[in-house]
Amino acid sequence: LAAGVGLADIRTGDSLVINGEIEIITETAPPEHLAGVFNTIYSGWVFRTDETRAMQADDFDNPGMLYVEQGIEAFNTAMGTEGNSCASCHENPESLADVRSTYPQWDEAHGEVQTVEMQVLECQTERMGVAEPYGYDSQQMRNMVALIASVGRGQLVNVAMDGPASEAWELGREIYYTQYGQMELSCAQCHENNYGNLIRADHLSQGQINGFPTYRLKNANIVSVHGRFRGCIRDTRGEPYAIGSPEFVALELYVASRGNGLTVEGPAVRN
Amino acid sequence: MKRQMLLAAGLALAATSLQADVVAPDDVTMSEYGEVFESLSGEPGDPARGAEIFVSRAQGNCLACHAVTSLADQPWHGEVGPLLDGVATRWEEPALRGLLVNADMIYPDSIMPSFYKVSGFIRPGDAFTSQPAPADLQPMLSAQQIEDVVAFLMTLTDY
Ligand code: HEC
Ligand code: HEC
Ligand code: HEC
Repeated sequence: LAAGVGLADIRTGDSLVINGEIEIITETAPPEHLAGVFNTIYSGWVFRTDETRAMQADDFDNPGMLYVEQGIEAFNTAMGTEGNSCASCHENPESLADVRSTYPQWDEAHGEVQTVEMQVLECQTERMGVAEPYGYDSQQMRNMVALIASVGRGQLVNVAMDGPASEAWELGREIYYTQYGQMELSCAQCHENNYGNLIRADHLSQGQINGFPTYRLKNANIVSVHGRFRGCIRDTRGEPYAIGSPEFVALELYVASRGNGLTVEGPAVRN
Repeated sequence: MKRQMLLAAGLALAATSLQADVVAPDDVTMSEYGEVFESLSGEPGDPARGAEIFVSRAQGNCLACHAVTSLADQPWHGEVGPLLDGVATRWEEPALRGLLVNADMIYPDSIMPSFYKVSGFIRPGDAFTSQPAPADLQPMLSAQQIEDVVAFLMTLTDY
């Protein structure tokens, strides 16, 4: 299949069970639209060291869970002119367990594809009367999105790419294969043609987003999907699209669809 | 302000006259096989400097993608491109220079970046700042740096 794929140093075939109970699918057959591109799709977890892998197996060892805790606190705190907390309408975070695996998702009322962040902003501005809603990539937003991911762990990623979402999906695919920046590199050149290979000190993964927000050891913080996209385009000596831009929303939908069949594992631990 | 501009213009002039023999990125002549026969700087390359550029993350960062046995003391050799041991026996100097100028001429659609190119990019940035590229975007390596790296590659005769 794809040339140059170097899984020689990568130990495949291991499984991840979080807290001894949440079963994570870290490798599986590719979704139909990637047939012929990949034999198998892999979670980014597969490409990390034993130590990094192990941190994700237990919530006490996963530093990302500290941000989830902060998300829980915010979830139960009243904000905005209506005096509501998220819990006033969404009884508990677990009631949002189906969200991470199905977003980005078409929103009929707004006539656009929405990410989880956009949905949170919608509730804050249209339902809670929050005058200063979370910034798209703010710590508070990343905490909230990490909470929403954490309650969805183990659910099969299954984003819809047909119907009204298809236009954004096509745009996302086009972006995925475009060579950006002065180095003229596309997402596919690194994550489709070279996963498993070392690029300097990093083993390239397939660039899946089922583990987001991810806790990055390098940043000692959780990183959003768009934050990661931004870093990857910056590293091509390129000018990234803005966080929250229609281009990155489209790219997120497309990349999410490349992981249909994996499971939600955010907040994952990565280097 | 005016004085400063005059000063800057004077400096720019000095820089150009110093680099009289430098071939600008858009003026490089490439053979149909992707070779560049002329030195880009008019000066010979320095293999020791070339090795530093090859390793440096801020300069060539070639090691990110290529392993080289003679640089075994450096950590983290990449696996994206081929091992470069013996590369000087596989290619002549003009082809190596051409590969650095624009690898796509030899390997169409190569993942290997073009190090002496300043236009034709999609959303180019100002190095790693995430800001748009300035109007006078510089090539990733200067003419002399290319010559230095070519001189280093020419030392890679052993397998
Ligand atoms: C120059 C190579 C390169 C390019 C081009 C590139 N990336 Fe990456 N990307 C990396 C490296 C290195 C990492 C860190 C190791 C890994 O997880 O693959 C990474 C990580 C990621 C991750 C995190 C995966 C995880 O499990 O945590 C995602 C998502 C990602 N990239 C998406 C993209 C997208 C989308 C694009 C195009 C806009 C892109 N990348 C372009 C090199 C690249
Ligand atoms: C006043 C009621 C109300 C409050 C308060 C509220 N929401 Fe919502 N939320 C809704 C409604 C109604 C929907 C369904 C809207 C739709 O389908 O587009 C929704 C949808 C969502 C969804 C998507 C659910 C899905 O299955 O697609 C998420 C995620 C969400 N809210 C998060 C939050 C968060 C986080 C907060 C607090 C910051 C919050 N909401 C506060 C009423 C509320
Ligand atoms: C992003 C990855 C990448 C970077 C950075 C990179 N290369 Fe390459 N290079 C490749 C690949 C891949 C090939 C093989 C051609 C192909 O498949 O496109 C290659 C081919 C070569 C070859 C020809 C090797 C042969 O045996 O045919 C030479 C010489 C070379 N590169 C030198 C360099 C130098 C010098 C630098 C830095 C100034 C550099 N490369 C930077 C990826 C890279």
